[in-house]
Amino acid sequence: MAEADQLLLLDLLPSPFAARVRIALAEKGLNYESREEDLSNKSPLLLKMNPVHKQIPVLIHNGRPICESMVIVQYIDQVWNHKSPLLPSDPYRRAHARFWADYIDKKIYPIGRMLWASKGEVKEASKKDLIECFKILEGELGDKPYFGGESFGYIDLALIPFYSFFYTFETLGNFSVVVEFPKLMDWAQRCLLKESVSKSLCDQRNVYEAVLEIRKKLGAE
Amino acid sequence: MAEEVVLLDLWVSPYAARVKIALAEKGIEYESKEEDLSNKSSLLLEMNPVYKKVPVLIHKGKPISESRIIVQYIDELWNHKSPLLPSDPYARAHARFWADFVDQKIQGTMYRLFEAASSESREAAEKELIEDFKVMEGELGKKPYFGGETFGFVDIAFIPSYRYYYGHETLGNFNLVEELPKLAAWVKRCLQRESVSKSLHDPNKVYEFISELRKKRGLE
Repeated sequence: MAEADQLLLLDLLPSPFAARVRIALAEKGLNYESREEDLSNKSPLLLKMNPVHKQIPVLIHNGRPICESMVIVQYIDQVWNHKSPLLPSDPYRRAHARFWADYIDKKIYPIGRMLWASKGEVKEASKKDLIECFKILEGELGDKPYFGGESFGYIDLALIPFYSFFYTFETLGNFSVVVEFPKLMDWAQRCLLKESVSKSLCDQRNVYEAVLEIRKKLGAE
Repeated sequence: MAEEVVLLDLWVSPYAARVKIALAEKGIEYESKEEDLSNKSSLLLEMNPVYKKVPVLIHKGKPISESRIIVQYIDELWNHKSPLLPSDPYARAHARFWADFVDQKIQGTMYRLFEAASSESREAAEKELIEDFKVMEGELGKKPYFGGETFGFVDIAFIPSYRYYYGHETLGNFNLVEELPKLAAWVKRCLQRESVSKSLHDPNKVYEFISELRKKRGLE
């Protein structure tokens, strides 16, 4: 299996969804080609490989596409099950992991985006909602080193790419993550000690620059 | 055995129907507790504090929420019969992608249709929903089920909502039965399964309920 495997990731550096896949591939020690997409000028390959959503990330494994970040992560976990399991083996714990990854999907990106893409009341309401979400996540983390317990796993992988957005949230939302959510910050720093994470995440400043560009286009600046 | 599995339920919910279909496919006995969402039980609030929604499956006292997650749990735990997801990783990813599409795209459009207060927004949502259904018709293709030869995850995800729309056959001027014949045949095929027919309600009753709800909100 290992010899012939061809892995191509249709990628985007600041995307937290693409970062999840980069982390998963790194956790499994897999070699792959990363192709950076320009979402204002999508490649024919992207349009062919993800005709439904036309979005990144797309993992192309031996010519076959897999789309949707957590679907890709589960695929990687199942195919390369020889090391670093990302999902637990127990069905209840798996359901728990999926629930929290789904919560992160439903909440963090959409609310975060609302915060950095808007102004005035909408922005303030989004900030409140985002802070509420971080509170809930911190509650779920509790005193555990990772969301999954003793080791880095599925939920951690789903959330940690949003660390790259902390500077953006703090600057545009006018709050401090380390002050309001010290446990979450500790957790993030713990995750960053892992090479698979630190090498996969986009720099916080680069994300901020990318967000400012989008804000300009949306007229929010 | 039945006391071990409890479903916090709602008769009109297509999400709850998914769980009922999955439990029936596996032959699992369970107790259904009908919730009143205007007066949520303390059990629901305790078991799903994050969303306070149904369905919630409570197995040996431990809750699982979110219908697609519950169905996967049922499939992984009771793996002795009727696999709902394929074992091949690529086929599993394909199934997960399409079940996600039903929720991410189709349910979103249906929700906008439900909330539509003006005829413009109603027409726009109907148009979009028709396009979404066309995508599903294309994805089904010549296969008997979305997963291929056997009834599975994507069928379970889509049949409740589609059945309730298909029940009144038209979306605006678009005739679902005539224009989407593959999906029409698929509905009939699914309804032949006892797990499906026993888990779904009369679509006219569901439609009446939804209309009433819209009226109460001043949307009709």
